[in-house]
Amino acid sequence: MISLQHYLVVSAALFSLGILGLLTRRNAVHVLMSIELILNAANVNLVAFSRFSAGNLGGQVFAVFVIVVAASEVAVALAIVLTLYRLRRTPNLDEADILKG
Amino acid sequence: MNGEAVVFWVFSIVTVASAAVVVLSRTLIYSAFALLFTFFGVAGLYVLLGADFLAATQLLVYVGGILVLLLFGVMLTHKIYDLDLRTETAQFAPGLIVAVGLFVILSATAVRTRWMDLPRPPAPTTREIGRLFLGQYLLPFEAASVLLLVALMGAAMIVRRRRDA
Repeated sequence: MISLQHYLVVSAALFSLGILGLLTRRNAVHVLMSIELILNAANVNLVAFSRFSAGNLGGQVFAVFVIVVAASEVAVALAIVLTLYRLRRTPNLDEADILKG
Repeated sequence: MNGEAVVFWVFSIVTVASAAVVVLSRTLIYSAFALLFTFFGVAGLYVLLGADFLAATQLLVYVGGILVLLLFGVMLTHKIYDLDLRTETAQFAPGLIVAVGLFVILSATAVRTRWMDLPRPPAPTTREIGRLFLGQYLLPFEAASVLLLVALMGAAMIVRRRRDA
């Protein structure tokens, strides 16, 4: 029998992989993909709790909001990455140190 | 092992393995295509959890929208003829320690806590979610639509080429 714990552990694995990518990748698009993994992990959690709390659909509603925020986040972040690439000819985040004093 | 368990393990392994490819692959385009399988795996988990509307939304928005946008990002930040789309890592060992520690703590908490266990019998959710959106969650719903509009205009404004520059 698959219980809530199974889903939570899968979600924790997805979240940790996203954190690993977020911390270690230099390419900005790669970091964005890792953020998508983290948001998906949060969504799996929300939907799993919604399923195992006697059919309270609030979790699924919030998962839809997370998807909306993820979509707008990717659009704005890619705009920033493209502008940065046009300016500095690099997609790497640690080379974007224009504001450093 | 019953059918539900088999399907759960198949989708979980697809999800986690492709997520590992996304994070660990050195070639950016491989990561983008592995992300496709991660999104499909998560959509499968949604179906298993009885969230039919969310599974369809996941496929439409993530696979149809966000993944295509990310592929544009991959293509536009590299020269197309530059086949060697490699990306480096920085601080890999500390990042690995943080990620493994986080996974151990999170899964230990998830396994040890006594959660409420009242599974809902699978039923169509779209009608009920629609009611919630236009009733109890009307204000967040409107705020989300304004957010989408602002993000659309902001993204278009940021990438626009300025004439004076």
